[in-house]
Amino acid sequence: MTETSMTNVPASGDGLGSGIDSTAQVAVTGLTIDGPAGVVVAPFDFSIAPGETLALIGESGSGKTLSAKAIAGLLPAGFTARGTIELASATIELPATDAVWRATRGRRISLLLQDPFTSLSPVHRCGTQIGMTIDAASATRLSREERTARITQSLAEVNLPADVARAYPHELSGGMRQRVAIAAALATDPELLIADEPTTALDASNQGEILDLLRGLQEKRGMAALLISHDLGMVRGRAEHVLVMRHGEIVERGVTSSVLNAPSHPYTRALIEADPSLTDRSAGVVRMASGVGMTAAVADADSAIGDLVTATDITKSFGDKTVLHGVSVTVGRGETVGIVGESGSGKTTIARCIAGLEHETSGVIEFDGVALAAGRASRTPKQMQIVFQDPYSSLNPMISVGRSLKLALRVAGRPASDLNGLLQLVELPTDFASKRPAELSGGQRQRVAIARALAVQPELLICDESVSALDVSVQKQILDLLAKLRVELGLSILFISHDLAVVRQLADRVYVLRYGEVVESGQCHDVLNAPTHPYTQALVAASIHEAPTH
Amino acid sequence: MTTTPIARASQARSLGRMLVVRVLGTIGILLVLSIIVFSMLHLAPGDIVKNLLGNRASSPEAIAAIRAQYNLDQPLYMQYLIWLGNTLTGDFGQSIRLQDSVSNVIGSRLGITAALSGLAFLLAVIVAVPLGVQSAVRSGSWIDRFATGFGIVGLSAPTFAVGLLLLYTFAFYLPIFPVYGSGDGGLDTLWHLILPAITLALGLGAIILKLTRTAMLRELESDYVTFGRARGLPDRQVHLIALRNAAIPIVTGASLVLTFLVGGTVLAETTFALPGLGTLLQGSVLFKDIAVVQALTLLVAVTIAIIALLADLAYIFLDPRIRAKESAQ
Repeated sequence: MTETSMTNVPASGDGLGSGIDSTAQVAVTGLTIDGPAGVVVAPFDFSIAPGETLALIGESGSGKTLSAKAIAGLLPAGFTARGTIELASATIELPATDAVWRATRGRRISLLLQDPFTSLSPVHRCGTQIGMTIDAASATRLSREERTARITQSLAEVNLPADVARAYPHELSGGMRQRVAIAAALATDPELLIADEPTTALDASNQGEILDLLRGLQEKRGMAALLISHDLGMVRGRAEHVLVMRHGEIVERGVTSSVLNAPSHPYTRALIEADPSLTDRSAGVVRMASGVGMTAAVADADSAIGDLVTATDITKSFGDKTVLHGVSVTVGRGETVGIVGESGSGKTTIARCIAGLEHETSGVIEFDGVALAAGRASRTPKQMQIVFQDPYSSLNPMISVGRSLKLALRVAGRPASDLNGLLQLVELPTDFASKRPAELSGGQRQRVAIARALAVQPELLICDESVSALDVSVQKQILDLLAKLRVELGLSILFISHDLAVVRQLADRVYVLRYGEVVESGQCHDVLNAPTHPYTQALVAASIHEAPTH
Repeated sequence: MTTTPIARASQARSLGRMLVVRVLGTIGILLVLSIIVFSMLHLAPGDIVKNLLGNRASSPEAIAAIRAQYNLDQPLYMQYLIWLGNTLTGDFGQSIRLQDSVSNVIGSRLGITAALSGLAFLLAVIVAVPLGVQSAVRSGSWIDRFATGFGIVGLSAPTFAVGLLLLYTFAFYLPIFPVYGSGDGGLDTLWHLILPAITLALGLGAIILKLTRTAMLRELESDYVTFGRARGLPDRQVHLIALRNAAIPIVTGASLVLTFLVGGTVLAETTFALPGLGTLLQGSVLFKDIAVVQALTLLVAVTIAIIALLADLAYIFLDPRIRAKESAQ
């Protein structure tokens, strides 16, 4: 592989620090993005050789997605880009006119978005959507047969059968949808593919597959790729070079392995430390540091006292579709139990049955030894509370944080004066009471959601993918908070996640769910270090693939 | 998972079952409505016989004839069943005011109202949907400002005022269109209906415009629009994809305003002196011509029920996700 001119030193702010390789497929110089309130992304340069991948790493708000959109000419209103994009076939001076972008987008540069659940139109068949790209790029009008043949070929390239063309996006799994999106994005044979967090919305076992698929297609076509991600672990072995961006500035750049093994900037180091898949394997230091390791012992002692919740042989059907086949789950007092599975495994349904948000078709749920009838009516708020995945939609945007929490306190019959204590419990400053959810970051909102759940002092806290929507470093903070709360309040936690690495950090025991059945369960440590079921082995292998080999 | 031919066949079967359920539900609602409409006869203030006699001389023979005609000696449920039976066979009784069978009276005016409503709806959709799309696509431009202004005027201007204004401008000062009446059929009738249709379409169009603009703005924000542009689809195609997705809220809204249109024709028909159902309803209510009012109420109810049914079916046609959910139940 040709060595590009990028060196393992922080970029100089003026963007002239790195020269451009003459063999590059894509060379971007002086890319700058101006927002309504001044410069949001400081000038930076990069180049990508044919068939190679450059990873752009940063947390949300770092400017990485804006950079991607700037290169695809899709900046939102109010933002403008400056700089030069040199492709093998054309040079684009930014800002470019609509006519220039029309000739560029699709044919030369294509952008793949994060969420395959929203990036395809839900009311058009997958084949139609791929066909649209083919039509847009071809100079002549294609006949029906030609188009169908091209669509089938595009689908075959992403390892999908031809009949997917007839399917609507909602009939496909997340991984299949992202394959369809890749087929649509690449149907025009672009020189540069920008992939903006292409696997963040997918399950662990799909993530690696999609990235490897992209890698293969890229090598086959000699296409350059810009991979945008918040996940440093993900890019190991999948990108030749990496740029780390923070607050709109490149803080570190270099060859991927050397950046990962010897990060020179403190921010890169922090990112690596915060990444669960990268750190946890280094002898559980994080567990001890966050106090979870210690409480695991406490929980072991506590669990002798008895079980708080036992769900026995739960079956749940929606119409003639059965999503749970006799699932049994137990949560002991003070215990943290993880349920791991992919989307569609039934992990959220079992949590919702326990919370009374779904009516189980059959089975018994006991709380504290007393059987609960299905549904919300048989449960009291003090028994259990649930924290949902998306802190952006679970808080009422119209009322202040303080009012949300006071309402919750009133339900519990607690005085409004407990508000400050509640905010302190989740480590938020007390002046947050007057803020509205829109003024808070994702992590802060999730803290508020946790505080609201804890206002009624529940015995069981159900966390349904509660950290999945957050950046890794924020994720870690929330996990640490949960670990702390668990010790301070003696909480039992049922923790639902698709992410093995996250569950590993918090849970004492773990259940692995697949197609509505528990395929494996036991002490977290045992299950994850010596998985017996092939599916668990595959999941563990997938999560290890992302981690470095120390 | 991709759907296999077997899955598709069972989906089609359950769709058929769902269709039957929807139609049966609509029939149930209409039966309940028919009871209410029937009881109008008994709930109308004053003596039933006197109401039914109208301004005819009240001789004992006339009263006996009325009692026999309306089966007033029978128990109430028999009266209803007989009335329902007659209604279902198209016999709505006699109009006291017009001395003709109700079905004849309504039949002779239905065409005008149907043509007027249809024309107004067509005009509203043809103008408002493209304008709404353009105003969303070019949000903030002069076309958007024009559309917004048009929307406010259309929503706030009362139908009769718009009608009068149009009459003054395009029939009196600029004698392009006729002032009143329904013409001699065919193209002449169409010519006569244009001003009243515009009058009605203005309010309707304003609502459809607002709905289209809002729905399009939301769809244009979505990821699949960005992704469409990112892979080089022409703007026109991207807008069509967005419009196809926005069609679901637009159809809901349009079906709601269409039901509103059924009542709105009264004002337009009065202003333009059109002999349609609106003027008939107005006259019959004033005259306590109960048989006609009953028949018209039922007709409006049936129309609205059919529109609602069509809107429901349109969702299933427009949104494959609803189709999947419906057939899973």
